[in-house]
Amino acid sequence: MKKGIFTVVSNREIAKNTYEMVLSGDTSAITAPGQFVNIELQGFYLRRPISVCDVERSSLTIIYKVVGKGTEYMSRLSAGAELDLLSGLGNGYSLGESGERPLLIGGGAGVPPMYELCKVLLKEGKKPVVIMGFNTEDEIFYRERFEALGAETVVATADGSVGVKGFVTDGMDTVGEYSYVYVCGPEPMLKAVYDKSVTSGQFSFEERMGCGFGACMGCTCKTKYGSKRICKDGPVLFKEEIIW
Amino acid sequence: MVNTEVTLSGVKLSNPVIPASGTFGYGYEFSELYDINILGALSFKGTTKEPRFGNPTPRIAEAEGGLLNAVGLQNPGIDKVISEELPRLRKVFRKPIVANISGFSVDEYAYCCERIDKEEQVEIIEVNISCPNVHNGGMSFGTTTEGASEVARAVKSVTKKPVYMKLSPNVTDIAAIAEACVNAGADGISLINTLMGMRLDLRRRKPIIANVTGGLSGPCVFPVALRMVWQVYERVKVPIMGLGGVSSAEDVIEMMLAGATAVQVGAANLKDPYASMNIINRLPQVMEKLGIDNLSEIIGGAH
Repeated sequence: MKKGIFTVVSNREIAKNTYEMVLSGDTSAITAPGQFVNIELQGFYLRRPISVCDVERSSLTIIYKVVGKGTEYMSRLSAGAELDLLSGLGNGYSLGESGERPLLIGGGAGVPPMYELCKVLLKEGKKPVVIMGFNTEDEIFYRERFEALGAETVVATADGSVGVKGFVTDGMDTVGEYSYVYVCGPEPMLKAVYDKSVTSGQFSFEERMGCGFGACMGCTCKTKYGSKRICKDGPVLFKEEIIW
Repeated sequence: MVNTEVTLSGVKLSNPVIPASGTFGYGYEFSELYDINILGALSFKGTTKEPRFGNPTPRIAEAEGGLLNAVGLQNPGIDKVISEELPRLRKVFRKPIVANISGFSVDEYAYCCERIDKEEQVEIIEVNISCPNVHNGGMSFGTTTEGASEVARAVKSVTKKPVYMKLSPNVTDIAAIAEACVNAGADGISLINTLMGMRLDLRRRKPIIANVTGGLSGPCVFPVALRMVWQVYERVKVPIMGLGGVSSAEDVIEMMLAGATAVQVGAANLKDPYASMNIINRLPQVMEKLGIDNLSEIIGGAH
């Protein structure tokens, strides 16, 4: 973990209520895809934990949905604004288990961490298949970015306006054999993928957090290997340890 | 050179700043960021006889100028704290440790205090009779003079270490509870624990916190904490550890002027992991600005 000041490079709406923010600053504490940053916002006591979508040596990209006052405040920030970040939080995804053809399954605001993960897996010569789930066409983002990386990409929409009609689990029916699953999204989606997947995998969880770095015990969950803090021992849990 | 030393029941602290129980874990997360030996002391996560998972999540909600928590005394239990956490903490921390003990019966408080009494680096025992987030325990002992004095008496009979009773603000007369504790033998008083509160989720039309209620902390409670430290100082003659929303070196001095000998920093550590360090580093400079040479001389100075 590192605490540092980051500068907003850009902040734009890329889909309905969904914003992409690029921040410049020291990203050296970020060591794995699936980690998050915790952002201090003026006028709010608690920081906002947001997963990292893409990371370079001196910049990072986050994608967030406006769901409350904090994210609404974030959406109004312009280039040049300075933010205090705790970076390199959480365990992130582990790559060693992926096999040749892992599925990267993201639902809505769970799609962003799949981007960095996809980049890293491609760099290692794997053939990841990305399944992105959204409710409607106007919520879709980053489809072309994943395709530009060269990853096989499947989109599922609940209303059937684009791609496969239904959920990410319906998308799973269309991709053939796979070696592993990496998952991030709302809990009902995680559970559905957990039940449907025939391989092992890693699932990224969300919880309301106090500190984001393991001190307050605000986000603890039960696992088969004992209590774990989502912010510090997670947010990524292995399929084998999850208790629903 | 200004002098930041204070003494709590014979225990010398290089400065009065102590991270509050439950906001600093067992110190490891923070020791990765800075040398925590800069702290005056450290109060570790509230410990009970048996291991506890704590309350269901969500356990956290935001408030204007603070947060609500309903962690519910999650801890590995006294055996593991003694066999695993304390030895690990000792590797990174040489300063006095304040052992924060909680319980669900008078016997349980006494049992844990008797166990921790044998731990050399634990120099003060802080007895939490004020956790608002567990049922049939914690705060139920801290809301009556009888309950508070019963726990204080039981704990004092099993340890020679200084015992500080940590009081709840969710009472009508906190000074009366403090007085009852002192009459039962308590060596000092810690105050305040969190104020009971709640928030609702407007979309779900339900409480945000699974436990329904939680404890409010952060700068929004500082004036309440200060007022209670003031009232307790007027009533009892024992040292006070003041806490509740302390976020700056100025807050530390204000708490001390109201009557605190040492000052705990809680929620601020969660918002900024460097908060305690920054407060300690700024303290001498603020003392100089205010013409304070010797910090221990200002205790209760506003009365």
